[in-house]
Amino acid sequence: MADRRVLAGIAALACLGLLIGGAFLGLVLEGAGDWSGALAASDAYLLRVSLFTLWQAALSTLLSVAPAMLVARALSRHPSFLGRALILRLFALPLALPAIVAALGLLELFGRAGYLAGVLGWLAGGDWPGIYGLSGILVAHVFFNLPLATRLFLEALDTVSADQWRLASQLGMRAAPSFRFIEWPVLRASLPGVAGLVFMLCITSFTLVLMLGGGPRATTLEVAIYQSLRFDFDPARAVMLTVLQIGLTVAAVYALSRLGANMTGDANLSVASPRPPAAGPGETAFNAILLGAALLFVAGPLAATVASGLQADLARLASEATVRKATATSLVLALAASVLAVALAWSLVAARRALAASRRSGSLLERAMDTGAGFVLVVPPIVIGAGWFMLVRRYADVFAIAPAMVVTVNAAMAMPFAVRAIRPAYDAAADRHDRLCAALGITGWTRLTLIDWPVLKRALATAGAFAMALSLGDLGVVALFGSDSVQTLPYLLLARMGSYRTADAAGVALLLGLLCLALMMVADRFGRGTVR
Amino acid sequence: MNETLSGIALEDVRFRYPDMEMHFDIAIPPNAITAVMGPSGSGKSTLLDFIAGFRAPESGRVLIGGADVTGLPPDRRPVSMVFQENNLFAHLDVAKNVGLGRSPSLKLSAADHEAVADALRRTGLTGKERRLPRELSGGERQRVAIARVLVRNRPVLLMDEPFAALGPALREDMMELIATLQAERELTVVLVTHHPEDARRVASHIAFVENGTVAASGPAADFFAPDGPEAFRRYVGEAVSAGDLPRFARKPT
Repeated sequence: MADRRVLAGIAALACLGLLIGGAFLGLVLEGAGDWSGALAASDAYLLRVSLFTLWQAALSTLLSVAPAMLVARALSRHPSFLGRALILRLFALPLALPAIVAALGLLELFGRAGYLAGVLGWLAGGDWPGIYGLSGILVAHVFFNLPLATRLFLEALDTVSADQWRLASQLGMRAAPSFRFIEWPVLRASLPGVAGLVFMLCITSFTLVLMLGGGPRATTLEVAIYQSLRFDFDPARAVMLTVLQIGLTVAAVYALSRLGANMTGDANLSVASPRPPAAGPGETAFNAILLGAALLFVAGPLAATVASGLQADLARLASEATVRKATATSLVLALAASVLAVALAWSLVAARRALAASRRSGSLLERAMDTGAGFVLVVPPIVIGAGWFMLVRRYADVFAIAPAMVVTVNAAMAMPFAVRAIRPAYDAAADRHDRLCAALGITGWTRLTLIDWPVLKRALATAGAFAMALSLGDLGVVALFGSDSVQTLPYLLLARMGSYRTADAAGVALLLGLLCLALMMVADRFGRGTVR
Repeated sequence: MNETLSGIALEDVRFRYPDMEMHFDIAIPPNAITAVMGPSGSGKSTLLDFIAGFRAPESGRVLIGGADVTGLPPDRRPVSMVFQENNLFAHLDVAKNVGLGRSPSLKLSAADHEAVADALRRTGLTGKERRLPRELSGGERQRVAIARVLVRNRPVLLMDEPFAALGPALREDMMELIATLQAERELTVVLVTHHPEDARRVASHIAFVENGTVAASGPAADFFAPDGPEAFRRYVGEAVSAGDLPRFARKPT
């Protein structure tokens, strides 16, 4: 019985290994076949792309993390004011929003023909060129990562005990000393983890760079891989780029794990516990302006998405066969990916538990089930996709395997998040039930339906909804494998933008955004009502 | 009601924890209550785990009623166990939790339902069949666990500090219930407890566990005699002075 759980975990690891191994096989075969080509491809262009990848990630991290500290501090200094809960909820939204939808929202706000083009042009004293290029990438990365970093810092600040705050107010500490003695130590402790996570997200970011980078001058490795496969068809260069990307992420992950970074962001929202530091009027005014600016920055693109989406001819879009088919394809593929992700996560969690309970705990296998599985995130979807692209093209039609690739890669990418949702509930239930079930002889199917399912269904639903939202909004793999016959909503959106049917794109973006949002709300709802 | 009385024997049972070695060699008499006592971490729970089958010894044999059960899984042994907590499934009501003792897939016949109702009556839980565990008090939850022991109807009952979380008066009541059921069904009861009063009140035998081995075992009367085992007297001396406090507080004022 324990063996069966371990076997399930080994099977899950094998699936992940097959997915990643197949990709590497594709790369190796391609590189071996045309070794000189791969070497010849290492030119100045590659160096420039690599450096730009690092440079934009470093700048994005700085611009996200430094303001996030101030915003988090402002939120923590004012534990109750009208709209605080709203800000926190709003800050959870970017994580739920597909990158392509956010990119469109940013373009509709800051783009050449955006809502703010007039104002920005007047400020710049001329025609507003739009935010393509590095500026666009930075704005987009800050839009996503400032709220994430803020919530992580706020979580850290919430760990300061109420007694410390009481002590601070008793000692008459004002803003500066209490920042120095109480807040800064906590923020500094969580800084490496938060900055590391943001940096990691920025060097592997694909969609935002593809949409907003606009041209060879502002291209990262991931986008270059995509372009070399889809446009230039230069597999030798793709191999080189992929190797570089893997090297870069592995180095980053290694550095991060040394810093103790948390590799998977959390979708759940923590609510601050009330506590009593009193801010002076000057500080209150400063914080109000800061929070107002952050609010506008995050809410603006969201509002632009909704506004321009509503202007689209939604009725015509809804009756269009292509849109309907893409919606159905998206939902089916995302559902399949979500079921697969939950199954993988469940198997790994159960196997880890079974191994931890056995006498040989702490084994290599147990660690593989535990942290090892999370390192799937090291290999970006584009890299896996590129590897399989090169492998399959030797034997079959690449576009025919699109559905399988989208489902499996998205499932693998969502799996670490699903593990985080399922594991606490599973371990708590196992603590309570394992011996009891053994004593009463409740096993197999009976145990699954009678004991495990009722206790775990909420956690499984949370994980499933979250995984489904992630895969629904993903553009990475489908950008490589998509075609007219297999279109998902993000792919359709990209296609409509490519053919300058911007209003259509806005309508599709609204639809996609709402679908993902609904799923995230489901995930949040189930996640919050925890089983006792 | 048991045709053959079920004594328990652990023969040269060995097991190594990373930091401690366990070695048990003991015979537990049938149709009696044996109290297992000893300091925290001495191996009392491990001893019960071997009998229940939650843990397999590295060497040695476990016998119940003369039959070797060393290789049997927990549910195939003639044993029921009541834990300190988590005896119930929180999402199942009282009747279902008890019914699981009859059928692990809850396929209950009319006779099974009758047995469940009877066990609930016996443990004073009639009328609470549809309640969920969280709607019960701590004492009631343990009564549900005991009701399940009754419907399982196995000759050996293992209890690992089953009433440690209950107040003194409630614990006394539960001990009475256990003593009554033991006599009625001729059960072989093994009870881990920290309270010498429990042992003195209901147990006819005592096994004293220390450092992963049974340091002494025998009739309870011998243990509480002035010339009882020295280690046991030392242990009880501490425990009694601590255990007496609540009794003091309970004096009517």
